[in-house]
Amino acid sequence: MTLLEIRGLGKRFGGLDAVKDVDLDVEEGRITAVIGPNGAGKSTLFNLVHGFYRPTSGSIRFKDEDITHSSPHNTVAGGIARTFQTTNLFDDSTLLENVLAGRIVRSKSTIFDAVFHTPRHRRESRINEDRAMEALEYCGVAEYRHDLASNVPQEVQKRTAVAMALATEPELILLDEPAGGIPEEETADFGNLIRSLPQRGVSVLLVEHKMTMIMDLADTILVLDHGQKLAFGVPSEIQSNPDVIHAYLGSTPQDPTDQKEK
Amino acid sequence: MNALKNPRIIGTFALVVLIAAAPLFFAHENYAMRVITVGMCAAIAVYGLNIILGFTGQLSLAQGGFFGIGAYGVGLLTTDYDWSFWSAFAVSVIGTAVIGYLCGLIALRTKDEYFAIFTMAIGFIIFLVISRWESVTHAHSGVNNVKFPEGGGLVDFGSPVAMFYLVFVILLICVYITYAVRRSSVGRTLLTIRTSEDLADAIGVRVGFSKQLAFAASAVFGGIGGGLYATVVGFIGPDSASLDKTFEFLMFILVGGMGTVAGPLLGSMIVTFLFELFQDFQAYRFIVLGPIIVALVIFAPRGIIGYLGGFVDKRNRRRRVAAARRSAEAAESANRGGPSGHDDAADSHVTRSGGPAAPEEKK
Repeated sequence: MTLLEIRGLGKRFGGLDAVKDVDLDVEEGRITAVIGPNGAGKSTLFNLVHGFYRPTSGSIRFKDEDITHSSPHNTVAGGIARTFQTTNLFDDSTLLENVLAGRIVRSKSTIFDAVFHTPRHRRESRINEDRAMEALEYCGVAEYRHDLASNVPQEVQKRTAVAMALATEPELILLDEPAGGIPEEETADFGNLIRSLPQRGVSVLLVEHKMTMIMDLADTILVLDHGQKLAFGVPSEIQSNPDVIHAYLGSTPQDPTDQKEK
Repeated sequence: MNALKNPRIIGTFALVVLIAAAPLFFAHENYAMRVITVGMCAAIAVYGLNIILGFTGQLSLAQGGFFGIGAYGVGLLTTDYDWSFWSAFAVSVIGTAVIGYLCGLIALRTKDEYFAIFTMAIGFIIFLVISRWESVTHAHSGVNNVKFPEGGGLVDFGSPVAMFYLVFVILLICVYITYAVRRSSVGRTLLTIRTSEDLADAIGVRVGFSKQLAFAASAVFGGIGGGLYATVVGFIGPDSASLDKTFEFLMFILVGGMGTVAGPLLGSMIVTFLFELFQDFQAYRFIVLGPIIVALVIFAPRGIIGYLGGFVDKRNRRRRVAAARRSAEAAESANRGGPSGHDDAADSHVTRSGGPAAPEEKK
């Protein structure tokens, strides 16, 4: 089943088309990757889906509902979570508090519940704690839960960002370079975490620069170049596509794995 | 009960008890009672500032203005219109809420320093209206003989001690609300906005709406503080809405600690006391207070409570590290024992460090 359906999506900044006429279907239970050279419009595409930017043309449908003009609050509440390219956590809070912040969108209790300590408030607090702990454990960082986000290694931060996104109970998660800045030897481990997400009922849309990881993880790949669709298909097709080799893989003689360009 | 082991709660509790006991020492010194009571009125307004500045991270400089609206609402309604205190008080607080909400609609379109400038302008406009609109507010002659709250024949609020406890109880409610908000998802919402609006947006927080409510709530607290102030002192002038008031509140919260539960109360009491100490110097008192504040910003940027809280955090962290080490050792020995040992050890780790660590979030 198609979970996310993007048709003719475009975003124009002044005279520049950051994203132009992009079609994409994200299937439920799959890992879909978006690749492309820097400035190809990958992050802009994410921002459009998530509601940070309003598209200038085209439409986005999620679970058969039009979310083209939804605000981030509504897309997150609707079941789309995201992480950022640069690790983005609340630095002066603990990891547990960070992941609890992901629960806000699912919290219904108001200030009156908090003040009068109503049963709903108590029930919700307990559920929030449980879900947050579960997400931390799932991402393998529960032991760091009381450490400040600024004090833990990069990999733990990246995993926590995923845990925070999972805490919002998404059906689709947008991961923007989740393994960026993670040492090579830990990438495989991180890949396993991402690979396990569909079994949890979370489909994945992924931007990543580490090609070995992408080819290994993705079910389907969309290649963007200059904001437009260059190719779409399974990894083996993409790898042998002459346009892609020319525009992306061929442009760098060496494996672009270790680049830290942002 | 974890709460009884939490130094933050014990500290707050001790502070509250200390203030509650003040009438025992000052019952016959009306002046001292009044100073403390006025300090508590200010503290209530500072709790409002704490919501918008301490929790949400938006520097609002309209707090003195809202304080003034509360004070003049009660002052004018109980004198010129001869309302009872309680109805005047209720109407003033609701009025402040409405004005605060409407101001927020416009002010919150701006951010950061622009928000500060804009709200300062709001505060100044309120001050100008009060000090110039002579036919309604009596401008510089102020409002005299503001009514005492009606005690319904049970309490005589004309007595300084009764008045003290009235303000004290309302202040306590404000402290409790701050505490409850701080540890709920409402507080968490505001704190995410303080740290990063973009990230808050990304995890589905309704940033604009939440800021709007926080701003309105801060105005309400300002109105409550102002309304009580009017009845405590009995006479109000345009000074009660001036920018000086705003910066006084700001100083209270800086000294006590922004975003903490006890900070506004402690800061208000200490600085009020210092103000009294240097009263003879009047205009020169800032020569002494200025350096104190500079030193505070350098050495304890999170205020007194934030500074003390740092020690509590450190202690908790040390305990957790010790607990983690213990459970790691347990895990090791369990692993040698059998294949299922690892899971048990992980569980014991959770429960063991979960106990003392849980109060962490309450500041």
